[in-house]
Amino acid sequence: MMSYKVKKEIVAEEVAMRDAFCRKMIEMASQDKRIVLLDADLMGAMGTKPFAKALPEQTVDCGIQEANMVGVAAGLAVQGKIPFAHTFGVFCTRRALDQIFVSCAYAGLNVKIVGSDPGVTAALNGGTHMAFEDLGIMRAIPTATVIEPTDVTMLNDILPKIASHDGLVYLRLVRKGCDSIYEEGSSFEIGKANVLREGGDVAIVSMGYAVGQSLRAADVLASRGIEATVIDMFTLKPFDKQAVIDAAKRTGKIITVENHYINNGLGSAVAETLCENYPAPLVRLGSQEKFGEGGKAAYLAEKFGIDAQTIVKTVEKFVKD
Amino acid sequence: MTKEQVTDLKLKANEIRKETVKCIASIGVGHIGGSLSIADLLAVLYFDEMKTDPSNPLWKDRDWLVVSKGHSGPAVYSALAIKGFFDRELLYTLNKSNTSLPSHCDRRKTPGIDMTTGSLGQGASNAAGIALGNKMDGKDEVYTYFITGDGETQEGEIWEQALFAAHKKLGNLIGFLDYNKLQIDGETDTVNSLGDIVAKYIAFGWHTQRIDGHDVAAIHYAIESAKAVKDKPSMIILDTVKGKGIAELEGKASCHNANVSEDQKNQYLAELEAEAVLIREGN
Repeated sequence: MMSYKVKKEIVAEEVAMRDAFCRKMIEMASQDKRIVLLDADLMGAMGTKPFAKALPEQTVDCGIQEANMVGVAAGLAVQGKIPFAHTFGVFCTRRALDQIFVSCAYAGLNVKIVGSDPGVTAALNGGTHMAFEDLGIMRAIPTATVIEPTDVTMLNDILPKIASHDGLVYLRLVRKGCDSIYEEGSSFEIGKANVLREGGDVAIVSMGYAVGQSLRAADVLASRGIEATVIDMFTLKPFDKQAVIDAAKRTGKIITVENHYINNGLGSAVAETLCENYPAPLVRLGSQEKFGEGGKAAYLAEKFGIDAQTIVKTVEKFVKD
Repeated sequence: MTKEQVTDLKLKANEIRKETVKCIASIGVGHIGGSLSIADLLAVLYFDEMKTDPSNPLWKDRDWLVVSKGHSGPAVYSALAIKGFFDRELLYTLNKSNTSLPSHCDRRKTPGIDMTTGSLGQGASNAAGIALGNKMDGKDEVYTYFITGDGETQEGEIWEQALFAAHKKLGNLIGFLDYNKLQIDGETDTVNSLGDIVAKYIAFGWHTQRIDGHDVAAIHYAIESAKAVKDKPSMIILDTVKGKGIAELEGKASCHNANVSEDQKNQYLAELEAEAVLIREGN
C-alpha cells in the first residue's frame, strides 16, 4: 500500500543516492543470500565498495564487460539468485541491450538492471555518458518494469519491493545528490503514480530529476495565479494510465517534464494514453534531438529545458493558449 | 569404457540423428547441419555424463546444459525425448503453431532446456553465471556444460566470458566448441578465422583439449579429464563435420538451415539405419 507525504519544502538530500543504495543493498543482501550485486568496474563510482567488503561472496565485479555481466546475471538468476547488475545507464541499455532483451526478458528471468547517471546528472562525463534514451529503450521491452526512484526515501522503500518482484526491472538511479521530496516513512507502490500537489489549471507529469523542478515551478505558478497539479510518475512501466486520465479530466492540459528525450519516454507514454483514452492538449519538455554534453547538472537542465524556470514559462504560455 | 558402453552411446547418437531428421522433416526445413554435428556429444552428455532427472527437469542438483548455439534445438529436443523428458510425438510439432519446440532453445517452452538461447554468444555468459551460482552455493560437483559454435566464437561476448570464467576459476564449467569449420557465409577460415583456437583458449587460462567430436569414447574421456581440473574452466574443442551422418549434407555450408522433403527424410533415415547396423555389428 502506498502512503506518502510530500515535504513542505524541497531540500537537498543529505545522503547521496549511491550511498543510500549501497546501505540498503547491504541490509537486504545480509538477510537474503540470494541477492548478488554485479558491476562492470564502476563499484568505485557507484559507492558500492562497502557492499563488496561486507559481502564479498555476494559480489561479482566483472570488470569492463557489460554484455558478459548481464549474461552472467541471467545465469545467476536461472540458478536461483536475485542479481542486481549495475553500470552507467548508457552502457547497460545501449551496449548490453540484446543481453537484457534475450537472456533476461525473453528468458523470463529475475534480473535487476541498475543504470546510473541518467540524463543531465551525468554532468561532467558529457555526451557519451548521458542517458537520454534509456527509458525509451527499456520501455520497449515486453514484461520489463521501469522505475526511477525520486529520492532517498523512495529508494529505501522501493528497493525491497524491486527485489521481491519476480521479473526484469530497470532501476534508473541518480548517483549523487538529488532533491528530497518525501517525508521519511512514506511508502510507495510500483506502478502507481503519486499526486504531489493538486491544482485545476494544468497538470505537470514528471519523474526523477524533473520532479523537484516541477514542484518549484508549481510554487512560482501559484504565486502568479496558476494552480498546477504535479504528478511523480516514478514507474514508467507498467504505466499508471488512470493517473494521467484523471489529471486530464481535472485540468484539461498536460505538460510532461523528463530528464530524457521527449520521444519514447514519459512524454510518449502520456501522449499514447491521452490519444487513446482522453484526448487533451499536451506539451512535452525534455531533450529534443540533441546529444548530451559536459556541464554541471543545473546548466544542462536549463540547456535541455527541464529546469523550473523553463517549466514556468512554458506553462504560462500553455495556459493562455 | 567398455565396448558395450561405446556401442550403446554410438547407437544413441545414431538415434538422435534419426529423430533430428524426422523432427526437421515434420516441418520441412530446419537447422540440420549444426544439429547433426553435435549428436555424438549430446549422446555422451545425456546418456553418460550428465546427472538429470527426466521426471523432474528443474531438479536443483542436476547438471546443467546451455546450448549457446541455440539453433541446434532439434538435436537437443531429440536427445531429451529419447531420454524421456517428453513424448517423442512432440518432436514432430517443431515450429508448428503453438509448439513447445521452437527453432531456438527456450527454457520456458521445453522441459529439460536449461536456458533460452538464440542470440549467439550469450549462452556462454549464462553458463558462467550458472556455474558461478552453484559455486557460491558450495555445489562444486554440479557441472554446467555449454556448447558454442565456431561461427559463434567470432562474437566478442565469447571472449569476455573466456576471460571471466578463467578469472573466477570456474572448475565446474565445461564448454564444447562444435568446430565444424563452416558458417552461413562459408568456411569459417574464409569468413573470419578463429586462428589457433587451442592456443587462444590456453592463453585465456582454460584447460583445453582438442578431440574428434564424433568419437564418443574420446568425448567421454575428455569430460573426465576436464572434471579432474578444479581450478580452471575447461574447453573441449570438437573437430566435427557439419551435417555428419548424411552424405548429401556432410561438409556443406548450405546445410546450416536446409529443406528436408519426405523423400530426403526416407533417404537419410535409410542411410542412418545402415550405419546403425554397422554399429551393432561392431564396426
